[in-house]
Amino acid sequence: MAKYLVLIYEDESAYIDPTPQVWQEAMEAHGRFAKQVAEKGGEILGGDALQPTATATSIRGDIVTDGPFAETKEALGGYYMIEARDLDHALDIAKLCPAPYGGVEVRPVMDTSGG
Amino acid sequence: MTDHGSPEAGAGAGSSPAPVRPDAPVRPDAPARPDAAARSEAASPDAGAAVAEAHRREWAFVLAATARVVRDLDIAEECVQDAYVAALDAWSRRGVPDNPAAWLTTAARRKALDTLRRDKTLRAKLPLLVEPEPEPEPEPEPRPAGAGQDDVIGDDRLRLVFTCCHPALAREAQVALTLRLVCGLTTAEIAGAFLVPEATMAARVTRAKKKISAARIAYRVPAAPELPDRLDAVLTVIHLLYTTGHTAPGGADLVRDDLADRAIGLARMVLELMPDEREIRGLLALLLLTHARRPARLDAAGRLLLLAEQDRTRWDQAAIAEGTGLVISALRGGRPGRFALQAAIAAVHAEAPSYDATDWRQLLGLYDELLKAWPSPVVALNRAVVLAMVAGPAAGLAQIAELEAQDNRLAGYRYLPAAKADLLRREGRDQEAAQAYQAALELADNDAERAFLTARLAALGVPGDP
Repeated sequence: MAKYLVLIYEDESAYIDPTPQVWQEAMEAHGRFAKQVAEKGGEILGGDALQPTATATSIRGDIVTDGPFAETKEALGGYYMIEARDLDHALDIAKLCPAPYGGVEVRPVMDTSGG
Repeated sequence: MTDHGSPEAGAGAGSSPAPVRPDAPVRPDAPARPDAAARSEAASPDAGAAVAEAHRREWAFVLAATARVVRDLDIAEECVQDAYVAALDAWSRRGVPDNPAAWLTTAARRKALDTLRRDKTLRAKLPLLVEPEPEPEPEPEPRPAGAGQDDVIGDDRLRLVFTCCHPALAREAQVALTLRLVCGLTTAEIAGAFLVPEATMAARVTRAKKKISAARIAYRVPAAPELPDRLDAVLTVIHLLYTTGHTAPGGADLVRDDLADRAIGLARMVLELMPDEREIRGLLALLLLTHARRPARLDAAGRLLLLAEQDRTRWDQAAIAEGTGLVISALRGGRPGRFALQAAIAAVHAEAPSYDATDWRQLLGLYDELLKAWPSPVVALNRAVVLAMVAGPAAGLAQIAELEAQDNRLAGYRYLPAAKADLLRREGRDQEAAQAYQAALELADNDAERAFLTARLAALGVPGDP
């Protein structure tokens, strides 16, 4: 078996202040997806919802800027999931992440446990 | 405390636990002004004045102390607004308390804790402000009246300031949050100051607050290693507020005194909280020395006057004296920073009896230092103008030409063609000067500057495009 990353791209505005119904449907749909993956003989190794791009912070070299990574020529090339105390700690760590031909974007992972 | 106005009064058996009226409305984006509550019939003029004064002086203190306990900026803000509304009513009836800040903080924290208890589910979903050491402290230590320099609560204001100016927030968001949360301005007021629609400013503030909680920007004063950079961001925001107030970004008003005064107030507050930081001293000095020239900046017709044309007897001598004193201590004790050096430059101008008697050589030396501390093309341009005063306009023009060739960051900077035009005029190269004034006019964005440039252009008497 080989590993694949499935990236979800959606219009964020659909999830701004979602009604309980929208939220419920999203949770159920992803629950169904998990079952279907198993039925198809695959396996989910991990996955998370991300906070919207408005909460992102980007780093190029040592320069920290508000907002998502502005892609020009660069393409998504890899990821790390890290645990950190707070954003300062996360940015401190992310500055060490090698990305000499571009940069990195730090996006908080959504806590869906309460939903 | 047995005084009439304490929030503890009335907390006895059977009575309402807090002076906050249960019917006090919770409006997410209500005006932060206490005078929004002026409709309260019981309001006495004394209480109204005391509430307004407390709003101006204590807003940051009360909000910062409340935010640390409830760990949510929105709830803290609403509850502080409600506390001010409640104060108007309570102080009218029972008199103004000895320590308004402590009264307001206690009222706001009570209200906040009530809100959180009432809405547990809301709290469970909220990403809370991150704090290094969790130390919820339901009752504030009342701050001794008149004190507040080195107590723990004083640090809460610093936490608030550093959180608002966090580098992971865009500069415009840092500015908006500082005005909203530290100064207590309404979204409408901030939008007005920056000439953007209120809805745009509201979205900017909301987005920034959401990022603070969702991305877990910690509510704390940065540790020593990161302090210089983080403090520089705070000082930059305050300086930007001042310059926005001093030179309005567009439209007819050249000076917005309220914004400039807010910036000076903020610089004073940050210096009071971090008295050993020389760059804060430098910034406050720079603002005071710039502000001192304000009465002489415009003529009776509202025309912008150059430093050379200003009536120096109208400069504010008290501000100059305070600013100069601060410059001296900001320069002492190690390599001075960019704000201290800019203040020193302003002090040289302030002390010169006339424009012609200005010590240009000393200024050139200070600009050399400033360029090392802060290698910015704008500083380099200013240095070229000073060089022209020391070595003649031709030397200044040669320096500017060199800058233009090596650094395209100056393209579109409106003072570049204006500076060039002046030097060309002094060299007698009127035709080129006229072209440069035209270029400056195209970039000018407020009426006073436009009028100034138009007058200069007309004085050249060069025929050109109307």
